[in-house]
Parts: sequence; structure tokens; C-alpha cells
Amino acid sequence: MTKKLLLGAEAIGQGAIDGGMSGVYAYPGTPSTEITEYVQENTVAKERNIHREWSANEKTAMEAGLGMSYAGKRAMVCMKHVGLNVAADAFVNSAITGVNGGLIVTVADDPSMHSSQNEQDSRFYGKFSMLPILEPSNQQEAYEMARTGFELSEKLGVPVLLRITTRLAHSRAGVETVEPMPENTGSLPKDPRQFVLLPAIARKRYAGLLEKQDSFRESAEKASFNQYFDGEDKSLGIICCGITYNYLKENYPEECPYPHVKLSQYPLPEDMLKKLEEQVDEILVLEEGYPLVEEMLSGFFCRGRRILGRLDGTLPRMGELNPDHVANALGIKVKKGEKAPEVIANRPPALCKGCSHHDTYKALNLVMEPFGDGHVFSDIGCYTLGALPPYSSINSCVDMGASITMAKGAADAGLFPSVAVIGDSTFTHSGMTGLLDAVNEKTPITVLICDNESVSMTGGQDSAALGKIESICLGLGVDPDHLHTIEAHPKNHDKLVELLDREVNYEGVSVIVPRRECIQKAARRIRAEKMKSEQNA
Amino acid sequence: MKCDIVLAGVGGQGILSIAAVLGMAAVENDLYLKQAETHGMSQRGGAVQSYLRLSDNPIYSDLIPAGEADIILSVEPMESLRYLPFLSKKGYVVTNTTPFVNIPNYPELDKVLGEVKKQPHHIAIDADKVAKEVGNSRASNMVMLGAASPFIDIPFELIEDGIRKIFTRKGEAIVNLNLEALRAGRKFAEANR
Ligand SMILES: Cc1ncc(C[n+]2csc(CCOP(=O)(O)OP(=O)(O)O)c2C)c(N)n1
Ligand code: SF4
Repeated sequence: MTKKLLLGAEAIGQGAIDGGMSGVYAYPGTPSTEITEYVQENTVAKERNIHREWSANEKTAMEAGLGMSYAGKRAMVCMKHVGLNVAADAFVNSAITGVNGGLIVTVADDPSMHSSQNEQDSRFYGKFSMLPILEPSNQQEAYEMARTGFELSEKLGVPVLLRITTRLAHSRAGVETVEPMPENTGSLPKDPRQFVLLPAIARKRYAGLLEKQDSFRESAEKASFNQYFDGEDKSLGIICCGITYNYLKENYPEECPYPHVKLSQYPLPEDMLKKLEEQVDEILVLEEGYPLVEEMLSGFFCRGRRILGRLDGTLPRMGELNPDHVANALGIKVKKGEKAPEVIANRPPALCKGCSHHDTYKALNLVMEPFGDGHVFSDIGCYTLGALPPYSSINSCVDMGASITMAKGAADAGLFPSVAVIGDSTFTHSGMTGLLDAVNEKTPITVLICDNESVSMTGGQDSAALGKIESICLGLGVDPDHLHTIEAHPKNHDKLVELLDREVNYEGVSVIVPRRECIQKAARRIRAEKMKSEQNA
Repeated sequence: MKCDIVLAGVGGQGILSIAAVLGMAAVENDLYLKQAETHGMSQRGGAVQSYLRLSDNPIYSDLIPAGEADIILSVEPMESLRYLPFLSKKGYVVTNTTPFVNIPNYPELDKVLGEVKKQPHHIAIDADKVAKEVGNSRASNMVMLGAASPFIDIPFELIEDGIRKIFTRKGEAIVNLNLEALRAGRKFAEANR
């Protein structure tokens, strides 16, 4: 056994390797990115040649993971919460197909929206798909769940959802690890029609999934991750989901006076919760994210046992929890530090000095000025910071790929000009299909694909679009006369203005690719090259 | 022993190098450690913080409760003030005095430092200047760690060892430079506490 200092996300990567994983499939997204990055750098993963390349998006990742499971090997699929929306079709149906090799789908939620558009709770997807869910309370448990989750998946015959949140993903602690298990050798599914979801087969498989629910519940009932603790004071019982258990223990490091349940594997262990319910007057539910358990226990008319939590105002309705919220809910006096003085100014994120996106927005703002505000749709990436001063250039940021399609819809409604600003990685994630729609209908839109040859917002991963954007656009049918590449650089300001001015006024699909490598990525590359040459010298 | 530290700065200033050295020292000292970091959007020049908790007993929460931090260790003066609600009555503010100005409405530096000096326990050090004197302005984070070290209950030699381990890949010269930066920071704090 060795002890390593690992982020929760890294602990999952290590656990998956030690659990005999043959491949990780993922698209970057905060706070899930470090799982895959850890595997990419890991020596055992390199020796074993575990699959660890980035996928083009979460749906392709989920499907590739399912394919590896079909072939009898163990796979993990990783994404941020909104990525599961993209992968949802494959995910929900994977519950019906079931697995052959073990399959863990790790989804990192971002309550408080530190780096996201929403704070959706992936446990709802797990419940909706009727799949078992694991929700670790700390880094060690995250490791154990990733390590043993493949076996659980194989035993129950379905994918397992491993749900974490930002705090666990991005917090470091000592984790004890064990020797890695061997990988599965690979085998075809015993039932050759298991993965053929024609209606007649799908109906049978769905009935099978319904039948399995009892075994899922039983597994949760017996899981060591779920624990019942007795307490003297029966006026209250507490259910702690995932990391909220830590916030309870922070307030009662010695012993919590109330009976409580540590809940880390779903579906809900009914017997364990009934035992709690029989003992206590009221139940407080602590959960990170949406009030899933609270809602299930409250029922429609809220009669009977009083259920306390986010819905009745005992805890905040939105945002991530912390030890102070839990203390307040338990009537424990919270210490107060001094108020932050008023002199402090906000410090929002901003584009780096020298970033190529500056050059794009400077030119675009000039060209769009005569048309007034409201013509530019954008997307998700560093370039979204163009929504903030000094540029305030863009009018939308919804979900990956939506810039092109929203620009199309607005153009269909008569908005002219209608402009989309999208990044290279976002374009290959979800922008290409929308561009095809526009090409097929000759919709008058202008698309700027800001190619910084990097997936920068999430830390500069390699972009699937590298070196391919022009050929993709031509392949989709963009008119070569209206496809232009230009280096995004202050020296090209006038040229870019002229180009944009011409194409924005063109009444068809045009694509402009302002290109220059992300300066952060370039700096890292140069540093790495320097280090390498020093080592060789 | 229990020490809760809020590390503060601006995305890109590299506060995590401080956490890495302390983490190494804590592991060598058989202490429990939890360290919550900021990744993602705010790393683009936004306000970033890391909660570092050290203890000889198991640590539960990754977050530090309000009013319980023993130290706010900030590599930027305005950022040191942002986390005052976390500081305990007996806690120390240890901050660099060199501002990082990347917003148009950065307050007057005198006002910022005035607020720092209102704190009953504070160390305000021009870490950039001290680092330059030692020989490399990029070692200012280690100057800051040195300035906070008298208030952290870990043997100083273990923090030095932490630096050796973390920087060893970069060669002997860099290790020594960072060690000197650390010692210079500590000396300042001992003289000015
Ligand atoms: C469905 C989904 N997956 C992942 C993310 C996380 N994410 C946000 S921005 C981004 C990178 C975008 O890269 P690119 O389009 O090349 O723009 P850049 O940041 O390089 O400017 C990613 C992966 C997300 N917000 N939504
Ligand atoms: S990380 Fe790269 S793309 Fe993002 S703002 Fe900085 S230079 Fe621009």
C-alpha cells in the first residue's frame, strides 16, 4: 500500500487504473478534466497502453466507452455535468443495453457554477436511467469507487454512474492505493442481441432493467459506502449524501448526537432509511446539488414526517453547501470573521495579454458597429470572455455549438447580419452539424472559427480540430470563395476588418478562421521543448 | 496541531506552488492534509484561492469554516482582504505588498495597505523586491511562504525539504534560490511580527 497526495479527480484516475481499466474516454470540462489528464501522465497507463486520448465530444466518448465494454474490457467515460446532456442519448440507452466489460460513467457536477452555465445534478440522470449511482464522500472513497466500480458494473450488468462535485474533484488529500488489477482479456457479449435495441428486443431488455432494480437496491443496502450511525437524540435524523457527510463531521468531530445515514451509493437503501425514519421526529437531508433525496422523501402533500433541507429553507436552495450552512441548519453557532472591507474591487477573469481572441474582437467590434448591438452569437471557451468589457461583443453563450445554430435561427427570422463566434474545439465538438444545416439552406450567416489550436478554457488540451478546420468546412460544402484563414495578429488588424466587412455583408454562408496559437499553450510547449533539449544535452 | 490557511492570489500567480511545498512538508511530517484549489474559469486572471488544512487529526471538510483560518497567505495585497471573513480573531494576515493590477478599477494601493495594517496580526512584505534581492523575482511565492512559516507549526527544515523535493527537477541552482527566498521571507517576518 502506498500513500499519494491526490486531487479527488486524480484519485478517480488512479482508482480506474488500479481497477483494471483498459480505456478512458472523455472530453475536457471543469471539474472533470484532471481525471483523464492523470491517466495520460501515469506510468502504468503508458506501459499498459491504456486508451487515454481525448474524444471529440462527450457523446463520442460515451459511445466509445460502451464499445469497449461490448468487447469485454473495462472502460471509464468522464465529463462535466453539462457534458452528460450531450451524451444523454447514449447514456440513457446504455442502461437498456447493459454492459459486458465494466463501465463507469464519471460525471463531475459544478454546484455554485464556478465554471459552468448551470448547476444541474447528474444524480437525476442516474435515477432517470434507473442506474446505480456512486457518490464518494472523500478522496479515498473516490479512489475505492473507481477501483471497485468496474466489478460492480459487471456484477449488476449495467453502467455505473460515479458522481462527484467541484469540491471533491479539486481538493487534494492523502490516498492509500493498492497494486493494479489486471485488465480483462476481452470477450464478446454472451447474448449476441444484447446491444441491438430494436423495439422487440429493447422491450425485453427494459423489462430486465426493471427487474434488476431490486438487486441494485440490495447492493446499496449492503454497500460499505453506506452506513447507519445511531445517536442518542432522536428529535432529528440526518441523511448525508456524498461530501456533505464531511460537513456534518466538521461540526461534530467527536460524535454526532443524532442518528444519521452516510449515503454514497444509490438507489436509496430503503431499509436503512426506514430504520432512521422509525427512530426520529424530523429528517434533515444534506445533499450537494438539487434536492433529489429530499424531494423523494417529502412526497407531494408533505404529510407525515417533516423533511428538512433545501426545499423548506433550512438550507440554501441553490449553490454548494459548506460547513457553516450545515451548522446553521443544526442550530450550531457559527463563528464570524471580519467583514471584507469595501475597498476591494471585483476581479473577474479576462483574456490573457496577447491572446489572439483580442485581435478577433477588436476587428469584429469595428465591423459590427454600424449594425448596432445584438447580432453576434457566441459559444463556450476563452473567447466567451468577449462578453465582458472592454469588448462586450457577444450576445449569447448557451451550450457548446449553439452559436452557429442560433445565428442560423436568427437569420431565418430575418436578423441580418447574423454572426457566430466559435472556438476550434467547440466547432468540432458540436459546431459542424449546425454549419451543415446552414450550408444546405444557404442561410446568410458569417461564422468566425477562432482557431487557437488548443482547448484553452480547460487548460490547453490538444484540440481534435487541429489542422482540419478548412477541410471540414469545405467537406461540409462551404463555398471556397467564402472560406478565409487569417493570422489573428495586431499586424493583420486592417486586413481582418476588411475581410469581415466583406463577408458579414455577403448573403450566404461564409466562414472566417482567425488563427494563432493560444499564448499559454505556446509558452507551455516552449518550456517543455526547452526541458527536453536540456535533458538530451 | 491544526493549521487552516487560505492561500490567495490572482489566476496565473502560481499560489499552488506554495501549497505543493507545504503539502510535501505535511506528508513528510505525517500530518493529515486537505487542500481545495480553484481550477477553471477564474484561472484566467480572476481572483483565486486555495484552502489548505493541516492537522494531526483526521480532517473532514475540504472547506474552511468562517472565522477559523489561522493564516491568510496572499501573494497580492487586495486579495488578502477578500478572505477576511474566514480569518479567526487570533489569525495572521501575511501578504505581499506588490499589487497585481489587471482591472481598471483597482483601488488606491494606500487604502488597500491601510486595511491590511488595521489587522491586529499582519505581515506586509514586498516579496517581489525581496525575491529580486535574492536573485530571481520569480521566487516571490517562496518569500511569501517563508514569511508565513513562523506561524505554521511544521519544523522549518521540513519546509526546506519540501522545496528541495518540489524543485529538484529544475536543478540545484533553482533549489538554492528558492531556499534563499524562503529564508529571506522568514527573516523578515521574525523581525516584523
Ligand atoms: C458540453 C460541454 N462540454 C465541455 C465543456 C467545457 N468547456 C468549456 S469551454 C471548453 C473549451 C473550448 O475550447 P475552444 O472552443 O477551442 O475555445 P478556447 O477556450 O480554446 O478559446 C470546454 C471543453 C462545456 N462547457 N460544455
Ligand atoms: S488561455 Fe489562451 S485562449 Fe485563453 S485567454 Fe489565455 S491566451 Fe487566450
